[in-house]
Amino acid sequence: MTVICYAGCAVALVCALMVVTHRNAMHALLYLILMLLALGLVFFTLGAPFAAVLQVAIYAGAVMVLFVFVVMMLNLGPATERQERRWLGARIWSVPVLLAAVLLALSVYAIASASEARVTAGVVTPKEVGLSLYREYVIAVELASLILVAGLVGAFHLAPARRHPDLDRPVSGTASTAAEAAQDE
Amino acid sequence: MNEISTISTPVVLGISLALFLIGLLGVMVRRDLLFVLMSLEIMLNAAGLAFIAAAAKWRQADGQVMVLLILVAAAAEVGVGLSLVLRLYHRFDTVDGDEISLMRG
Repeated sequence: MTVICYAGCAVALVCALMVVTHRNAMHALLYLILMLLALGLVFFTLGAPFAAVLQVAIYAGAVMVLFVFVVMMLNLGPATERQERRWLGARIWSVPVLLAAVLLALSVYAIASASEARVTAGVVTPKEVGLSLYREYVIAVELASLILVAGLVGAFHLAPARRHPDLDRPVSGTASTAAEAAQDE
Repeated sequence: MNEISTISTPVVLGISLALFLIGLLGVMVRRDLLFVLMSLEIMLNAAGLAFIAAAAKWRQADGQVMVLLILVAAAAEVGVGLSLVLRLYHRFDTVDGDEISLMRG
C-alpha cells in the first residue's frame, strides 16, 4: 500500500504539471481528471475511503463534467492553441517559477526540520466521518448547503441565457439571429 | 482494508505543497481563464491532500470533514466561475482574462 500511495502521488504531480503547461484545453482537462483519480487513490491508501469515494464520484465525476461541457461549448480551436503558444514563452514562466521554487524550498525546509513522524495510517471509517459531520460540524454542513445554493443561484443568473437579451451585448452581426433564437424559445 | 500504508507525514505534506505550488504557478502564468480555473482546482485538491495526511496521522475524522467542505466550496466556485467564463466568451469572443480591462485594474 505504501508503494501505491507514493505512485499515486507521483502520477498526481506529473498530471498537475501537464495541466499547467498543456496548450490544449481538452487534453489539460483529461490530465486534470487523471490527477483527481490519482489523488482519490492516495486518499484511499491514507485510510480515508469516504473522501476517496467523494473525490471520484463528485470531483472527477460531476465537477469535471461541468468543465468538459464548457470546453466543448466554447469549442476552442487550433487558433487558441497558437495563441497559447505565443503567450507561454520562457520569459513569462521565469519569474513565477523562481518565486514558486523559493517558496517550495522554504516550506520543505520548514517541514523537514519538524519532527520526522513515520506513522501507520489508520482507517477512518465513513461512520466516524458521518458522526463527526452531524455532531460537531452541523453548522458547517448548514453553511455548506448555503454556499451550494449561492453557487446555484449565481450560476443560474450568470450563465448566458437567451431569455435576457439585454444582458448580452450582441456581437457584431449576430443580433438578429439572437433575437430569432429568443423568439424560437 | 486492514492493510494500510506506512507513510511519512512530512513527505505527503511536501507533495501536497508541491501540488499547491504547481496550481499557483498555473494561476500566475496562464491567461486563459479555463486554465486558471483548472489550476484553482489543483490548489484546492492539494489542500485536501494535506487535510487527509493530517487525518491519517491523528486518526481523526475531522480531516475528511474538511475535504467534504472543500469539495462543496469547489463545486460552487466551479459553477459560478464557469458561467462567468461563458459570459465572457459570449461578450468578448475570447477566454483571455486580460481582455476584461475596462476598469484598468
